[in-house]
This record gives sequence, C-alpha cells and structure tokens, in this order.
Amino acid sequence: MAPVLQSSQPWVEKYRPKQVKDVAHQDEVVRVLTNTLETSNCPHMLFYGPPGTGKTTTALAIAHQLFGPEMYKSRVLELNASDDRGINVVRTKIKDFAAVAVGSGQRQGGYPCPPYKIIILDEADSMTEDAQNALRRTMETYSKVTRFFFICNYVSRIIEPLASRCAKFRFKPLSEEVMSSRILHICKEEGLNLDGEALSTLGSISQGDLRRAITYLQGAARLFGSTITSKDLINVSGVIPPEVVGALFAACRTGDFDVANKEVNNIIADGYPVSMLLSQLFDVIVEAEDILDEQKSRICKRLAEADKRLVDGADEYLQLLDVTSNVMRALCNMPEEFQYDS
Amino acid sequence: MLWVDKYRPKTLDQVIVHEDIAQNLKKLVAEQDCPHLLFYGPPGSGKKTLIMALLRQIFGPGAEKVKVENKNWKIDAGSRTIDLELTTLSSANHVELSPSDVGFQDRYVVQEVIKEMAKNRPIDTKGKRGFKVLVLNDVDKLSREAQHSLRRTMEKYSAFCRLFLCCNSSSRVTEAIRSRCLNVRINAPTEEQIVNVLDLIGKKEGLELPSGFATRIAEKSNRSLRRAILLFETCRVQQYPFTSNQAIPPMDWEEYVAEIASDIMKEQSPKRLFQVRGKLYELLINCIPPDIVLKRLLYELLKRLDAELKHEVCHWAAYYEHKMRLGQKAIFHLEAFVAKFMSIYKGFLIATFG
Ligand SMILES: Nc1ncnc2c1ncn2[C@@H]1O[C@H](COP(=O)(O)OP(=O)(O)OP(=O)(O)O)[C@@H](O)[C@H]1O
Ligand SMILES: Nc1ncnc2c1ncn2[C@@H]1O[C@H](COP(=O)(O)OP(=O)(O)OP(=O)(O)O)[C@@H](O)[C@H]1O
Ligand SMILES: [Mg+2]
Ligand SMILES: [Mg+2]
Repeated sequence: MAPVLQSSQPWVEKYRPKQVKDVAHQDEVVRVLTNTLETSNCPHMLFYGPPGTGKTTTALAIAHQLFGPEMYKSRVLELNASDDRGINVVRTKIKDFAAVAVGSGQRQGGYPCPPYKIIILDEADSMTEDAQNALRRTMETYSKVTRFFFICNYVSRIIEPLASRCAKFRFKPLSEEVMSSRILHICKEEGLNLDGEALSTLGSISQGDLRRAITYLQGAARLFGSTITSKDLINVSGVIPPEVVGALFAACRTGDFDVANKEVNNIIADGYPVSMLLSQLFDVIVEAEDILDEQKSRICKRLAEADKRLVDGADEYLQLLDVTSNVMRALCNMPEEFQYDS
Repeated sequence: MLWVDKYRPKTLDQVIVHEDIAQNLKKLVAEQDCPHLLFYGPPGSGKKTLIMALLRQIFGPGAEKVKVENKNWKIDAGSRTIDLELTTLSSANHVELSPSDVGFQDRYVVQEVIKEMAKNRPIDTKGKRGFKVLVLNDVDKLSREAQHSLRRTMEKYSAFCRLFLCCNSSSRVTEAIRSRCLNVRINAPTEEQIVNVLDLIGKKEGLELPSGFATRIAEKSNRSLRRAILLFETCRVQQYPFTSNQAIPPMDWEEYVAEIASDIMKEQSPKRLFQVRGKLYELLINCIPPDIVLKRLLYELLKRLDAELKHEVCHWAAYYEHKMRLGQKAIFHLEAFVAKFMSIYKGFLIATFG
C-alpha cells in the first residue's frame, strides 16, 4: 500500500471549525442551523459576504453534522465554479445525484440524516445568468429531495428568482474582539506568544477577514519564531508603512509636480499595491485636520474614480499619478477645472 | 547563454539582492509545508528568480530538471469540447504555466492542471514532499472567471497542491485570491544594488570596469535588474575595453517614442496626427504593449512641458489608458490621447503667445 502522506495542512484548514456552533460572529445563521439540527428542517440557503468570514466553513459543517462521515458522500454534493464546465454538466451532475432515492429519514449512527440531499454550490456568483436561470428549473424539479446552499461574495450577481427561493444570510466581517478570541485559541494550540499590541494589529490589518489573519499568523510564526510582535505581523501582511503614504502626501503639499511624480515612481518600483495605497491615503486625508471639507470632497471624488478604474484593470502608475496630481491641486488650491481643455 | 540567464542565482543562499526575503522564504518552507504564495512586484525585480530558488530549496536539485511540453487538453464543456494548447514547464515536483496565454478560456486550464495534479499525487518514498507546486505566471492577467474558479480549488486541494502565483500588479488580483495567499512583495532593486550585481558579473567575466560605468547603466535601467544586465551585455558587445564615456545605448522603441513626442510638440494638425498614427502602429506591430507606449509617451511629454500643463496631460493619459483597457482597439485610444494633447497644447500656445 502507498505510504500515508503526512503533508501537514495550512492552519486555515487545520482550524476550520467542524461544527456549526464553533462558527464565530455569524449568530443568526448559527441559530437557524442549530435549529435545523434539532428539527431536520432546512430551507434553501444563500450565504453571501466578504472573503474569510465563514461561509464555506458553515456549509460544510452543517452538511457533516447532518449526515456524518458514512453518509456524507451519498448525501452531499459539493460543486464550485472550478467544477462547473457549463451548466449542462452541472445539471447532469445534479440530476444524477438527486435521482438516487434517499430512503426514509431515520437517524443513523447518531446523525439526524434527514430525508433530503444537500447540494452546495460554492462561488455561485461566477455562474452566468443563463446558468442560474437553468438552475431554477432544476431546483424546482428536485425540491422535495434536495436543499441547495448557494455561496458567494457578491449577492447582486445572483439572479432574483434564485435568491428569492432561499433564506439569505449575510456573513459580516469579523469584529476585532471575535477575531482576537479565535486567534488566541490558535496561539494556545500552537504554543505562540502574542502580546496585546500584536493582537490588535492583526485585527486591524486583516479587516474582518479571519482567513487572512490566520495566514499572517502562520507566516509570522514561521519567520519569526514563537514570540510574535506587531512589527512582525505588519512585515508579513504587506501593509504599506505609514511613512510611504506620508511621503506621498508631503510631496503633494510641495505643489511641485516633478517632486510628486518622483515619489509615485518610487512607490511603483517598490511594488506597493496601488489599490491598498489609495485606501490608506483615504484614511490619512479624511483624518487630516488642516484640510477643508471642500478640499477633502474634491480629493475623495477622484479617489473613488481611481479605485473603480483599478478594478477595471487600469494601469497602477497612471492612476496613482492622476490621484496625486489631484490631491496636489486640491491642497494648493489650484483650480479644479482645466484651463486649456477646449 | 545570455548573462541574464547565466548569472541568475540558483539557490536562496546565492541571491544577492533580496537577501532578506530569500532567507525568510527559506524559513517559511523549513517545516514540511508552506502556504500558497503570491509574489508581486515590478518587471525584472527578481520574482521568478526567487520562485525558482525556492522550488530548489523545497525539492532539491531535481526541481531544475524541467521539461518543456506543449500540452493539449480536451475539455468537455457539456454540449461541445474545447481544445486548448499551452506550453508548460514541469519537473517531477512542479508545473509552471501562464494560463492567460489561452485568453478567456484560461480557467479551464487552471482547473484541469490542478485536478491532474491532485490525481497524480506524488507518492512519498524517499522522504520527498507530499505536495506539488503549481507556478502560475501573470495572474494579474487572468480573467475574473479564472480567478473566481481558483477560490475553492485552492482550499480543496491544499493538502497536495501549493500555488505560487506571480504578477506585476497585485491590484488586479481579486481580494479573495489575495486572502488565500501569503503575499510576498518583491521591490525593484535600488541602483546601488544593481551596481553590485553588475560589478559581480563583471568580475566573473573578467572585465575591467571604468569607475562610474556600472552606475551609469544602473541609472538607465529604470531599476529593472533584467534591463540593467541586458544593457551591460549590449555594451560589452558594442565596445570592449569599456571607456568611461562610452554611450549606453537606449532601447530602439524608446527613441522612437521620443521622436513621436517631439513631432507632436512641433506641430498640432490633422496631418501630423495622421503621421503619428503610422508611428504608433509601427510600435504596436512590434509588440510593444500599448500601455507601455502610452506611459513612455507621457514620460517624454512631461519632460518637455511647463508645470501648469503637466497636471492636465497626466489626467488625460490616465483617462485614455483606462478607456483602452475597456475597449478592444488600442490604437484608437492612443490616437485619442495624442489628439487631446494637441488640442490642449495648441490652446496653451495661443493663450501664451497669441
Ligand atoms: N466565522 C468564522 N468562525 C471561525 N473561523 C472562521 C470564520 N470565518 C473564517 N474562519 C477561518 O477562516 C478560514 C476560511 O473561512 P471560509 O472558507 O469559511 O471563508 P469564506 O467565507 O468561504 O470565504 P470566501 O468567500 O473567500 O470563500 C476557515 O478555515 C477558518 O479557519
Ligand atoms: N537576487 C538576485 N541576485 C542577482 N541577480 C538577480 C536576482 N534576481 C534576479 N536577478 C537577475 O535579474 C534577472 C531578472 O529577474 P527575474 O526574471 O527574476 O525577474 P521577474 O521579477 O520575474 O521579472 P518579470 O516580472 O518581468 O517577469 C534575472 O535573469 C537575473 O539574472
Ligand atoms: Mg468559501
Ligand atoms: Mg518573470
């Protein structure tokens, strides 16, 4: 027999909660699903929210808790955009899966085993509208014997007829307290030391995304050993040091285009992600006390535009240069309208 | 062999530019596993070099025995089959590819390769690692769909497949992917660091370097190590022994863009616009990416303009580059920028000189 592979799992997988009750911060969905465990009643579900907030975790946990390891394979179908090769394949898979009868709803091996199957469609937001429409029919056809769990980041990409058939749950970014308690738990298991400052840094740099926090933690643990400081975490997180943002801001105040352009060039050469830089610049500007509201609004308008353009794939250097030029013109009270544009 | 390849450091210990990052990477893989990694940074900063050295660190010298293959995939998309062809580089322990080369069908390739890897899980007999590594180049060019479809795959197969992602612009990589990786920023080396590398290569080649020569090359390199080394080799071919005032040859296409900039500063007319269009076409035909052309043109124009015009011109460059990204025909947008510039500049000249 082939030897068992001992490749250890990344911590995000290792500390993925196995039970619904261990999912932190998403009280509403936990309450509903706990109820499901008792009564075996389960509506179709739609989970949406930003990355790393527990959507996939919750869906997998409830499926495991309902059916247990023995029945899982025959009762749960996990599909994601990576399996999806066009809606036809998905439909065939679902049909084949749903068509096999489930028998009566009897507890087996200590698990509720309700008389339906669960189909988890992860990354549902990357399905085309056509595919979603086609799914509607499928969902109806097999509604007696299947429950669908749709999971996505952007609920607006799910067509209304599908969404309206589901109980919708928004997964909130995790609060810093909740995040801290999960992190402390992991630290205890892994024998790590994290002081209060490091803990709060980790909370703020991961912006409610627990997966990211855990990844940073594991990275820092590898690189810096078992005692981890706030600086170590900033180091692995790729957050832009405040000095960099400060230098750009200072360059804008000089009113000299070439000085600012040079600063922009440095930032690009250093490889800082411009989308992140813009959001840090935004914080600096909103908090600055010596800038008039009027100037702030002028700058923010431009920041929003640049952010959108970056999402469209626009060039980072050009967008940052344009933002910088606008910040400079606002700070130095140069006219908003261009002079020579006819 | 070109010097850029000949003097590419092979191991993490030989790396002389990003020493700190290299040592960190070494620690990162010291214990049997590592997270998914996303390397990002400007062109020629040393990402690939670090990735290759890291593979060697994990898998030993075997990682260098790569074979190049043209792989074909037949993908069953329900009603039809899609044929895809892509060049891959692979060793026993890793596969490298640039999925964006197949355009909007990139996601099929990614899925297929990862599944194949999962199927042929490496069997551990001699204490070798239990996972394979998939190196994906240019992930910033992956379609949204391909990026989305990576989300769950990265988690599901994480026990036997690690991804090393590599890109220039991390803003183009979705949040969900970034959240699944340890992000490693590779900054462009400083000019002093570039000088050090050039000195070292000079020494190994047994060359005599006049003082200040390496510095002049570094200044012309835009902080790209690759470019610096290429320039250095070009100089060597053009003239040796080096002289301290030897010219560092500029890139052909850059000179060409400088010409275009002069052209449009000299005359703003439909006729000139037409001539410039021909030149822009010429650049595109020679595979200079349109955004690079636009950026270079802006650079040349900014050098020649009065302060008050700079803001206005950089605004329109940013505007048209964005439009170009959304559109299909780059030439339209390049031309629109030139036309806009002409109109602004003419307005300025009339206002100033009447
Ligand atoms: N609410 C939570 N409670 C406990 N752990 C969590 C929670 N949210 C995230 N995690 C941790 O983060 C990891 C990733 O979470 P999960 O896969 O559920 O994210 P997701 O919401 O599905 O994100 P994505 O939208 O990117 O797919 C889990 O393995 C777990 O370790
Ligand atoms: N740490 C280093 N020490 C010495 N030379 C290096 C180092 N890193 C890179 N080089 C040299 O610079 C050249 C370019 O590096 P590399 O190919 O790794 O860049 P890259 O970041 O992958 O660029 P691109 O984004 O354009 O693909 C290499 O061929 C090598 O000769
Ligand atoms: Mg998920
Ligand atoms: Mg490269």
